[in-house]
Amino acid sequence: MAARVWASLATILAITMTLALAHRLEAQTRERRASEFTLSNGMQVVVVPDHRAPVVTHMVWYRVGAADEPPGVSGVAHFLEHLMFKSTEKLASGEFSRIVSRMGGQDNAFTSQDATAYFQRIAKDRLAKVMEMEADRMVNLRLTEAEVLTEREVILEERRSRVENNPQAVLDEQMNAVLYYSHPYGIPVIGWEHEIARLTREDALNFYKRHYAPNNAILVVTGDVTPEEVRRLAEDIYGRIPPNPEIKPRKRPMEPEQRAARRVEIKDPRAGKPSIQRYYVTPSYVTAEPGEAEALDLLMKITGSGATSRLYQKLVAKDKVASTAGGWYGGSSMDFGKIAVYAVPADGVSLSEVEAAIDAVLADIVANGVTEAELQRAKKSYLAEYIYESDNQATLARRYGWGLVVGRTVEDIESWPERISKVTREDIQKVAARYFDPRRSVTGTLLPVPPEGVEQTRTSAPNGRS
Amino acid sequence: MAARLLGSSGFVSAPRTLFALATALLVGLGATNPTSAFAMKIQTVKSPGGIEAWLVEEHSVPLIAMRFAFEGGNSQDPPGKEGVANFLTAMLDEGAGELTAIEFQERMEEIAMRMGFEDSRDSFYGSFETLTENLDEAVELLRLAINKPRFDPDAMERIRGQLLTSLAFAAKDPDRVAAREWFAAAFPNHPYGRPAAGTEESLAAITREDLEAYRKRVFAKDTLKIAVVGDIDAQTLGKVLDRVFGELPEKADLVPIPFVEPKKGGDLQIIEMPVPQSVATFGLAGIPRKDPDFIPAFVMNHILGGGGFSSRLMEEVREKRGLAYSVYSYLQPYQHTAIFAGGVATKNEEIGQSLEVIRAELQRMATEGPTPEELENAKSYLIGSYPLRFDTNAKIANQLLGIMQDGLGQDYIEKRNSLIEAVTLEDVKRAAKRILETDNLIMTVVGQPKNLKVRS
Repeated sequence: MAARVWASLATILAITMTLALAHRLEAQTRERRASEFTLSNGMQVVVVPDHRAPVVTHMVWYRVGAADEPPGVSGVAHFLEHLMFKSTEKLASGEFSRIVSRMGGQDNAFTSQDATAYFQRIAKDRLAKVMEMEADRMVNLRLTEAEVLTEREVILEERRSRVENNPQAVLDEQMNAVLYYSHPYGIPVIGWEHEIARLTREDALNFYKRHYAPNNAILVVTGDVTPEEVRRLAEDIYGRIPPNPEIKPRKRPMEPEQRAARRVEIKDPRAGKPSIQRYYVTPSYVTAEPGEAEALDLLMKITGSGATSRLYQKLVAKDKVASTAGGWYGGSSMDFGKIAVYAVPADGVSLSEVEAAIDAVLADIVANGVTEAELQRAKKSYLAEYIYESDNQATLARRYGWGLVVGRTVEDIESWPERISKVTREDIQKVAARYFDPRRSVTGTLLPVPPEGVEQTRTSAPNGRS
Repeated sequence: MAARLLGSSGFVSAPRTLFALATALLVGLGATNPTSAFAMKIQTVKSPGGIEAWLVEEHSVPLIAMRFAFEGGNSQDPPGKEGVANFLTAMLDEGAGELTAIEFQERMEEIAMRMGFEDSRDSFYGSFETLTENLDEAVELLRLAINKPRFDPDAMERIRGQLLTSLAFAAKDPDRVAAREWFAAAFPNHPYGRPAAGTEESLAAITREDLEAYRKRVFAKDTLKIAVVGDIDAQTLGKVLDRVFGELPEKADLVPIPFVEPKKGGDLQIIEMPVPQSVATFGLAGIPRKDPDFIPAFVMNHILGGGGFSSRLMEEVREKRGLAYSVYSYLQPYQHTAIFAGGVATKNEEIGQSLEVIRAELQRMATEGPTPEELENAKSYLIGSYPLRFDTNAKIANQLLGIMQDGLGQDYIEKRNSLIEAVTLEDVKRAAKRILETDNLIMTVVGQPKNLKVRS
């Protein structure tokens, strides 16, 4: 009896602490809240001041990614991202990065299914200069045949590094291809090798002209600036670029109802150990019903994140059937999210035993839910993560950029901690029951044995050099 | 948001690589304020018990970050017990004091603290972050982890299983194999040549007593360096220091490690692995941190292969020839040696060409040095990019710890940019000539390289 009273008292204390944390956090975010405005040409701007060091992070996000590529030219979004560092009407090939470097700055870029983003980290008094160069390559990219062909080789090497040299990455790619019947998320961001090998200057420039414009871009500046300064500079520099009236909201082929569990098996002697993983298609923060994505985040924190998680505790610590196990939810994409679970069996344990053990953990959560203590721990963990991330202006820039580029609002992004605090055990059990559904899943296994009756996988690009 | 051991969804590709690596290697050199544009005040805090730390107070975010290091690292692993230091890094939060592994981990989550340990060749590192409001309990958990780890048999076997699994994956990872084999070739019969994460045999042989013995020998006040940044004042920090580190022995009991030069005379080793792309590591002797030519050499490396997209290796191998996605070099002074090394990955058919281009670029730098323009650009980057290393609490703490470990003193922060500024063309040429003796180049290639010329 006494223990019981104590338990509920502990729970109340835990809840109080979480709320207290949320309040302090709110005070914190109020202080650093992003300012948002739109330029006359439609370019969206977000500014998050942080005056601790005299540096800024300057990012331009385009609302276009690999999932927006026309059929047959997979990889062109990423290819174009590389080519954006080549020549424009004003700058010679490679000059962009050289100038940034001379100014003591660092620059880079990345491509995902939904976004392409370019960024520089630099002393604040150089902000206008990087804005000018970024504005220049938004519309003045030139590209010569030679630089395009050389860069295609670089990307084929990148694909070898990231995918072909790594059986786990090959499995991931195959699983995604099978996970989506219709939606382009099934095609890898870097592109299929045979299609990369045929990409042309024209493919890249067509994609560029169609998608790169101020009214399809978001400017995010974090660091030692004020919103007024950024507004003045942005109007003056980016504001001069006329909008492209052809830009339309994105529309991709959507998934039919998924009705069959799928399986993928890869046998590859290069795998160090056997392993199993499973993906489930879920909604993302953009497409989920209110509260669902937050519940999924918490569900997977409890199910699969770290040493206290259900999967680790049951499979690794207690039953010792796996040497590692875990899972996660990725909800930041535009059209779908994804749940993943994985495990590496302990020596002498079969993949099917481990798979059964994973299924038992998931079934238990569906049947019995999670405990209040687990939920409170998971919430605190997320809220604290949010504060830790606020220590870093580059991370802040990405937080806002990722959200806005898929159509979320600043308000939505900043109220995330509050919404996480509101999720209940019932919410979590509900999304577990709904999304731990085998019919929405693909299960992949990787075995460190030679493939049977198959010629060695062809790994070099056909016609890779011209 | 979540730790991802296997696979990765939402694939994001960053074509402009290697800044992280370059930045990590700059610790110690790269800590200064060129223009005093921001007022970072470093205090030396001495606890009532006599433990010293450097502190930068930063009260605008309710966070505290601490980084600390003991001398020793995995070069202190006893022979036959390779991997002890690495094993220990994974065991300190697996139960301590009265708390079992799961209880300890749950407490850490409940107060949302972050704690991690890492071993390098020369040091055993700790990192600790907490929200100010949870400081007291977070400090208690850190104290327990360092002073009272339990090493319960159950937790030990579980972690051993994980370490063996990660060793099995590493054995098939061409990058990891290339690095390991390069060190084995460069430092035969020296602790630096041994596998830092151990072998199947050595991991199997490690006992609770081995972990405890390592902890008692290495965790000591005389080699301890501590940097703290965040929402804490000197007096509070003094108490924290005594609580966490006050019980440690005064003196470490380290096995002396002899100074060693990487093997001379050059070498090319090929390790067969069925991958389409060969991964190569190359390197030779570098220059010690205290050598007057270190800073000129550092500037030289930036121009040659350390400066990302503006480097010569990147220009020649990637931009002009499309031979690789990533190619880089770095200068790493260890405590008992110094190396200049680098890496590249190219499809099997053309890896030979990549390595020839790299060798030629090293030779060209050794004989001609950089152009005046290259030198100016490099200095301009190195000086101007300095504040980028100081924009988060955790980064500042890392920088301070690096300066402490290099024995450079707080005034180094004021001097650093003038040292870079003072580097002349002659200095860089001299340093290049000293280091880049390509006849001594050791190359390790993992893959199925074609047309690779083995030099006698």
